[in-house]
Amino acid sequence: MAASDKIIQIRHLSKTLGNKKVLDDITIDVRRGEFVTFLGPSGCGKTTTLRLIAGFLAPDEGKILFEGKNISDIPPYKRPFNTVFQRYALFPHLDVYDNIAFGLKLQKIPREEINKRVRRVLKMVGMTDYEERDVDSLSGGQQQRVAIARALINQPKVLLLDEPLAALDLKMRKDMQIELKEMHKKLGITFIYVTHDQEEALILSDTVVVMNEGKIQQIGTPTDIYNEPENCFVADFIGESNILNGKMFSDRKVGFIYHDFDCIDEGFGENIPVDVVVRPEDIYIMKNTEGAQFTGVVQSCVFQGVHYKMFVETDTGYELMVQDYNAFEVGTTVGLVIRPEDIQVMHKERTRNTFEGEMVDETHVRFLDGEFECPRQPGLEKGQKVKVEVDFDKVDLYDHQEEGTLSGFVYFMIYKGNHYHITVLTDEGYHIWVDTNDVWDKGDLVGINFSAKHIKITPLQ
Amino acid sequence: MNKRSSWSLPYLIFMIIFVVLPLILVLIYAFQDAQGHFTLENITRFFSDADALSTFALSLEIAILNTLICLLLGYPAAWILANKKYNRSAVTVVLFILPMWINALMRTLATAELFNVFGVTLGKGTLLFGMAYDYLPFMIYPIYNILSRMDPSYAEAAEDLGATPWKVFWKVTVPLSLPGVISGVMMVFMPTVSTFAISEFLTNNKIKLFGTIIQENINSSMWNYGAALALIMLIIIGITTLFSNDRKSVEGGLI
Repeated sequence: MAASDKIIQIRHLSKTLGNKKVLDDITIDVRRGEFVTFLGPSGCGKTTTLRLIAGFLAPDEGKILFEGKNISDIPPYKRPFNTVFQRYALFPHLDVYDNIAFGLKLQKIPREEINKRVRRVLKMVGMTDYEERDVDSLSGGQQQRVAIARALINQPKVLLLDEPLAALDLKMRKDMQIELKEMHKKLGITFIYVTHDQEEALILSDTVVVMNEGKIQQIGTPTDIYNEPENCFVADFIGESNILNGKMFSDRKVGFIYHDFDCIDEGFGENIPVDVVVRPEDIYIMKNTEGAQFTGVVQSCVFQGVHYKMFVETDTGYELMVQDYNAFEVGTTVGLVIRPEDIQVMHKERTRNTFEGEMVDETHVRFLDGEFECPRQPGLEKGQKVKVEVDFDKVDLYDHQEEGTLSGFVYFMIYKGNHYHITVLTDEGYHIWVDTNDVWDKGDLVGINFSAKHIKITPLQ
Repeated sequence: MNKRSSWSLPYLIFMIIFVVLPLILVLIYAFQDAQGHFTLENITRFFSDADALSTFALSLEIAILNTLICLLLGYPAAWILANKKYNRSAVTVVLFILPMWINALMRTLATAELFNVFGVTLGKGTLLFGMAYDYLPFMIYPIYNILSRMDPSYAEAAEDLGATPWKVFWKVTVPLSLPGVISGVMMVFMPTVSTFAISEFLTNNKIKLFGTIIQENINSSMWNYGAALALIMLIIIGITTLFSNDRKSVEGGLI
């Protein structure tokens, strides 16, 4: 039966911490025995989700079902889950044995049984004979193993792991990834894993949940997430990619970088603006320009261990990232081909900035908590609610926050081949999207302004 | 020897004049009679002096009682202050610590006056009250310090492993806060075992503490016997510090 297949069901979960909405309407099912990873940048809500499942936080809205029963009001110590904490949280006043036996001792399990189980779980994590050791005397990797043993010995129905490998060095992390994967296979327990490391998520998981700004961006298998990202954020966050503005002319016909391509996507409609993703390894590069779909000139070429990473400027002025096993000299003209199945077409989330505003007088409008001059709106009275639209490339950004009517910072940015698409988060918590050729860095403080002639106003009923 | 070691010279001189020399003097006086000859009589006199012995026992009893009272009142107070659920403001912490800023003698006199106004008979009860009032902040602060800096994930881990909040408190919070408790106990026990001013004001000298006897002997120019008593007290306090030193980490203490 399908319902009993789902061990955890998260329904419309929302949580506000302080005055920040960290989780916004999260809904997801976790199957029994699945390895699910919540992936996203810091502050995306992934750890909050895990803490809600563990019971350390209570949801503001929504509920969590375990085997069909609502557990939102059940305290953590009654939930059949165990957690591996990011910094392990091993009890410093107890040795390895007592740390691992902590849960069993609380259950008043006989001593011989505890001994047997501690020994078995220590063997499983490769820490036999470490019983008497002080946890402070262990290396990071060993502490990690003890933390996993301490959680697993209670035979939880679900194991929650909060960035368990983040504090380890690269080599150790790789080894532990393999061990975790094997443990999951062997034990058959459901693993819910949180990480900001996309590679780790792709390696370990059956299902990846990509999160950003408290919302789920995409749920899918690692292959789905990589090959068919649903939006620019996912495409940019997972692996390397060329993200470009495009237009869907008709079914299976798409245009970008001023060239027309065949693709395999259908059902977008005609002449619809879209975002196009092409992975760098999916662009075929060759000396021969005949038979190529378009040409370009190699701008840079760097060896990356297995392949070369090149930036190629196309004949139409776009910059594309290309990977190939062969190096092409800087300055050479090359032919380029993209196959239809390697073009991932995505709906645009928005094509311009749209805000709700209110007229102050005929030539002034108030939106985003600021007052702006706008083209004269004859007949619109003070207080009239209006829709305000500003094109992405018509937003003015300034180096100094004081220069703008609004201030904020660069929250997110992606390169679109010939310009940057930037998300600015204002001090008041609003998002503004900007297309610009200027180079900004994530976190840069900016002043924001809109010039009157670029503000488009439509009255709302 | 590097150059910087000379920077410690002023401190060294200070220590010699105000700590080492007085200690040596106490040691010398304790083993001399009034004529300056070596004797063990001062020490043996104490052990055969029933009055001094019972005062000594009383002093220990009062100090232990006071330490217990401060611990029983102070630990919950520190726990509540350190718990973000109940207390989010630093002001409340300062309010608890504030009495430490006022001279203990003045506080004691004020307390005595209050007892006087309300017609409370002075005795052991008032003495313990005054002592607890005087020394409570010294118990609260080191415990609060260690509790407020304790990584909350320890408690979460315990709860995650099946411990009820009560078990979390006894099996994790309390053991991890022991260094703070030891600091607090030392800060309270050491001064209370040697105090004399508080008992003088709060019991009208009805109850004599060990400190009182030392003071009386010194005041009546019985330097040698006074020094011997001071030495005995020093040894007692020294022994209590040894207890705290065998903990592996005394972090988060007051000093």
